[in-house]
Amino acid sequence: MSHIVIDENRCKACYLCIRECPKNLIRVSDKTNSLGNRTVEFCDEKKECLGCAMCATRCPDLAITEVYRG
Amino acid sequence: MATQVFKIPETFRKDFKYTFCPGCDHGVAIRLVAEVLEELGLRENAIVAASIGCSVTIYDFLNIDALEAPHGRAMAEATGIKRARPDKFVFTYQGDGDFASIGLAESLHAALRGEKISAICINNTTFGMTGGQLGPTTMVGQVTTTSPTGRNLEYYGYPIKIAEHIALCEGTAFSARVSLDSVANIRKAKQAIKKAFEVQIHGLGLGFVEILSSCPTNWKMTPAQAHERVRNEMCNIFKPGIYKDVTEGLK
Repeated sequence: MSHIVIDENRCKACYLCIRECPKNLIRVSDKTNSLGNRTVEFCDEKKECLGCAMCATRCPDLAITEVYRG
Repeated sequence: MATQVFKIPETFRKDFKYTFCPGCDHGVAIRLVAEVLEELGLRENAIVAASIGCSVTIYDFLNIDALEAPHGRAMAEATGIKRARPDKFVFTYQGDGDFASIGLAESLHAALRGEKISAICINNTTFGMTGGQLGPTTMVGQVTTTSPTGRNLEYYGYPIKIAEHIALCEGTAFSARVSLDSVANIRKAKQAIKKAFEVQIHGLGLGFVEILSSCPTNWKMTPAQAHERVRNEMCNIFKPGIYKDVTEGLK
């Protein structure tokens, strides 16, 4: 099952990943991390993630630490 | 079973944390460097000559040997390292203010001498670390803290096109300009960095890559708007492409 792993404490809330996801599976969460940023969260209830890694390629802070495909 | 298609390169230090502003493309550029170092098996053998500016922090994040250079002198220092230790892989990681302003003489002469080193220059059209002053690559009309009415052509002249200048030097083996404004361009940037590293391994001459990057904080834009600017304004003036490649046609 394709999915991503987000390290919330690296997220600086630039939200570039939200624009990159072709399936719109990343959204702003209600949580605040240790840096004081509203982090993003991965929400894939219908198992739509393609494992394309575009979000991880774009993330400037390597907050999306792992991507799995298949 | 799911296969892992992305992970943080092992070259990064354990528990590193980027100190860049939100949306800064330095993070992407350093990751690409780390990935290429691993793919070419250079991690244990690499020495980076660090510059002054936001780019200096590369040695805080990558677990490779590094030496700090005085402002602008990274290419001169890299020359010394490579000549003393030709068995090592030597590269510089600089910003446009370091590479093309105070360090232009060192950079151009290293290219003219055909030093067998690699250089990466991040071009964000401003001096990022010191607060967004006018730099050598600031576009005509661009507002900075020291040009509040925009870069005036009569007073400041034209911005320098680094990749073209380096390509004119006969000692250069590879010179390219890439952009980090989209995922497709990030992948192209990685290919260019790989090529710039490979020409050093084969002893062909200087490998150079200029990377168009955004600076959302000093441009006073959101990260997404900053990438729009890179795409719509910077790419028109600083055209991405390969300007010199001596390996073309060779097998």
